[in-house]
Amino acid sequence: MRPALLASAWLVASKDLRIEFRTRTAFLAVLVFAILGVAIFYFAWDATAVAAIDLAPGVLWVIFTFSGLLSLQRSFGVEQADRAMDGLLLSPIDREAIFLGKALANLVFVAGILLVTIPAVVLLYNLPIGRTPVVLFAVALLAAVGLVAVGTLFSAMAANTRLAELLLPMLSLPFFVPVVYGAAQATSTLLAGRPMAEAWPFLKLLIAFDLVFLFACTLAFPFTLEE
Amino acid sequence: MTARRPLFGWPFAAAVVCMVAAYIRAIFFTPIEALQGAAQKIYYVHVSAAISAYLALSVVALMSIVYLWLHDERADRLAESAGEVGLVFLTIVLTTGPLWAKPIWGTWWTWDARLTLTLFLWFLTAGYLVMRGAVDDVAMRARYSAVLGILAALLIPFIHLSVYLFNTLHPKPILLKPDKPSMPTEMLITFLVMWGACTLLCVSLIGARYRYGVDRDALRALESEAGD
Repeated sequence: MRPALLASAWLVASKDLRIEFRTRTAFLAVLVFAILGVAIFYFAWDATAVAAIDLAPGVLWVIFTFSGLLSLQRSFGVEQADRAMDGLLLSPIDREAIFLGKALANLVFVAGILLVTIPAVVLLYNLPIGRTPVVLFAVALLAAVGLVAVGTLFSAMAANTRLAELLLPMLSLPFFVPVVYGAAQATSTLLAGRPMAEAWPFLKLLIAFDLVFLFACTLAFPFTLEE
Repeated sequence: MTARRPLFGWPFAAAVVCMVAAYIRAIFFTPIEALQGAAQKIYYVHVSAAISAYLALSVVALMSIVYLWLHDERADRLAESAGEVGLVFLTIVLTTGPLWAKPIWGTWWTWDARLTLTLFLWFLTAGYLVMRGAVDDVAMRARYSAVLGILAALLIPFIHLSVYLFNTLHPKPILLKPDKPSMPTEMLITFLVMWGACTLLCVSLIGARYRYGVDRDALRALESEAGD
């Protein structure tokens, strides 16, 4: 990997993040959506019958998946206006760098959502987070990398189709299954205070998914652009 | 201009005849299984359809790789055809499965490894076909489809791994195992006939769908010429 690749990826990422930082509308909207989702879920089951700690990991990861989809939708959506994508393609950087830059910006965005959503779930569901906050965020980050790798690629593809809003979730959700499963299982193992070794198989699943799909999606991305 | 070939040729006719023969053999000339009774007879359709579905989806994955490599539109058309036929066979598997499971396992559905995998194969194939319908540009559609086909093939081991920890209700392999198949000869013959019929049906349907794709693309080319 040439150093220029990462440098130009960072240029693309910082462009996207600067746009987001100056407008801030999408981040706040997705954040409100995520916390609203967490609150709505509370009314969907009988809190006296099922303990919050049993449900919280599922709620967290379902909400996170959907708010992640919302933010991914924008990733290439913003390049549609004024055909900004053409400008990006004309710039003298590798196409892999465009993908990695977009993915990096999405990762920062999604990590920001997680940074607020996890404490919100802990607070609203009275979870005994205790000794695990750092590990929990590490799990979340591992899951976010896999989510973002696949989601960024599909966002690029869906933006050019007639059913963009529908197609992104339809294509992405099957791919999110191993991520949601691994993350939710690891989270509930950690929250229940069981030893780290029990969560390890799920972490391995997440790491393998991240590596395979980050690599595959980076290679596949140039094929999704105009020749 | 060459004479137009019919969409459904003799392989399809042969497949239909074999299918009817296999059904008659399964219903009237194969013994009833001791434990499961008549319900076991769905086995012949269920397993044969599953193998055909996997065959069709393997063609999709393989043709996706070939397309990205050679950029040959025939590979894309073959992948499209196999995807549609694969979805039909997956639907058969997912319909006959619960029908068999209810009397024998006592439940229509369970999140068992193989059921979950088949269900997600169905979702992926459906998504693949919906996406094909949502892209107008022919070359772009082919590239997108090929990318999705390859990624889906990469995903399958992960879904399998995810549900691996769940216990499976499915029986251990009965047919393909080191020692001889644990099944009476009559049942084995019925299964082999049904399997052959299903495979023939699968291949002839893919062929018919492929020829339809050729005709459709030729028609579109003529239309766009006329439009210019």
